[in-house]
Amino acid sequence: MDFIAILSIFVLACFVGYYVVWSVTPALHTPLMAVTNAISSVIVVGALIAGAASAGLSSWLGLAAIVLASINIFGGFAVTARMLAMFKRKGR
Amino acid sequence: MAGHGLPDWALIAYLASGVLFILALRGLSSPTSSRAGNRYGMAGMAIAVVTTLVTQISAAPTAGELTALGKIVAAIAIGAVIGLVIARRIQMTAMPQLVAAFHSLVGLAAVLVAAAAMLSPAAFGIVGADGLIAGVTRVEMALGTAIGAITFSGSIIAFAKLNGSMSGAPILLPARHWINLALLLAIFFFMFGFWHSQAPIDFWLVTGLAFLLGFLLIVPIGGADMPVVVSMLNSYSGWAAAAMGFTLHNTAMVITGALVGSSGAILSYIMCRAMNRSFVSVIAGGFGTENGAGGEGTKVDRPWKRGSAEDAAFLMKEAEQVIIIPGYGMAVAQAQHVLREMADLLKKEGVRVKYAIHPVAGRMPGHMNVLLAEANVPYDEVFELEDINGEFAQTDVAFIIGANDVVNPAAKTDKASPIYGMPVFDVDKAKTIMFIKRSMGGVGYAGVDNEVFYRDQTMMLLADAKKMVEDIVKALQH
Repeated sequence: MDFIAILSIFVLACFVGYYVVWSVTPALHTPLMAVTNAISSVIVVGALIAGAASAGLSSWLGLAAIVLASINIFGGFAVTARMLAMFKRKGR
Repeated sequence: MAGHGLPDWALIAYLASGVLFILALRGLSSPTSSRAGNRYGMAGMAIAVVTTLVTQISAAPTAGELTALGKIVAAIAIGAVIGLVIARRIQMTAMPQLVAAFHSLVGLAAVLVAAAAMLSPAAFGIVGADGLIAGVTRVEMALGTAIGAITFSGSIIAFAKLNGSMSGAPILLPARHWINLALLLAIFFFMFGFWHSQAPIDFWLVTGLAFLLGFLLIVPIGGADMPVVVSMLNSYSGWAAAAMGFTLHNTAMVITGALVGSSGAILSYIMCRAMNRSFVSVIAGGFGTENGAGGEGTKVDRPWKRGSAEDAAFLMKEAEQVIIIPGYGMAVAQAQHVLREMADLLKKEGVRVKYAIHPVAGRMPGHMNVLLAEANVPYDEVFELEDINGEFAQTDVAFIIGANDVVNPAAKTDKASPIYGMPVFDVDKAKTIMFIKRSMGGVGYAGVDNEVFYRDQTMMLLADAKKMVEDIVKALQH
């Protein structure tokens, strides 16, 4: 994929993000931050490539990044789920 | 091989994971759809991880590949255990610190990935025919490491301030704007150097200076502005992920980065608007100094009325509608559970009880809603500022607990006040105002006196918030 193709995806995704985030109810802004935290750890993809394919220093950097991103992925989704489970309607 | 060499199915899988992340955020438009949304997010992440592993490890793996896979699985397991334990143990009041800490991890992970890609570009499939990294990719990875490093050190400071490990008061270096500007220019200079020659030293200098810049950017910002800072760092962590997505030509990372980046930017904007601060003035720092921006000389001895728990209970029992305005002080006093008990008793008496939430009521966007939800307050009794502010004229009791600046009419009338222009609750329109406060001495975050204390219809309930509500509950039970 060339730079322009990636850039197009990026720009369109920014617009999608803009409209999707404005539609998030303010009551759920804290879960929003927790879940965006978890999904931004998709950077683990880069860490996995480093950990799987290379040797030496960069594989250790990759493994360290895998640990950090995994803390975020598991912690982020779990804490979001915990918060969302608390939001109940009247007459539960 | 990443990016260029990937099979079509893998590219489609990454796209699918990006779409699932969009759906995860989309789900948060209402509490009912939010739980499904969270599961979409998990599915998206699982697809991204599995796709990467399958494309990186061949069908008949060599011994070396198996060892690498073993290490990877162990690394994921370590992270999973730490993450799940933290997620289970963390208190809801500590959510802002946790989010700041998580941001720092994303930032550091971005730095590590950028460094690994710089050291072994071939593994990432980003070397050209000349054996060098393409120029545009060099810029992308330098940006990735710079934003990641700023996110990391900035979030560490935000964490320390929110966690109370360091004073919330701004620390102001002389000429700090010039120092920051010089650092920024130096970062761009070495980025240019890395683009020009791909010299590793330039990469490390960009990274090191960005760490320093992140630290210096957040240190002068006061505790009151932390909701903006946490949102801003949320945005940065997204841009760091996006920059690495550009480097590795990965759709899932680019889409996610754009989503998270815009999300954090929008939340920062909402928080700034709620405090009537410009983003620039927040970033410039210095707001919320310990000795207050305007407090001096405004204190005069004026008459005010003190009420008891029994008076409060009696008045609220007779009321048709009570609006509770909680602030962070309520969470500090851990009064949310007994507050909900009070509301339940009032509802039994036929009183309509509503909660009114200011966007900056907590320590991060939406924090107060989570704290109330934890105390089993149904979310359909909780209203945002603009949805409820018209109702105070038909309200018998405005019950203010742990809040101060968000009900200060000076924001509407006093042009000299540091909080002038901030949207506030029109509590003065309610028949009775009950104001729980520890003593008459303290002032809010902004350090300004509050006209509401001295109003005819105001009853000051001076005590610890939890103790006072407990006493009201006792009085209601009689």
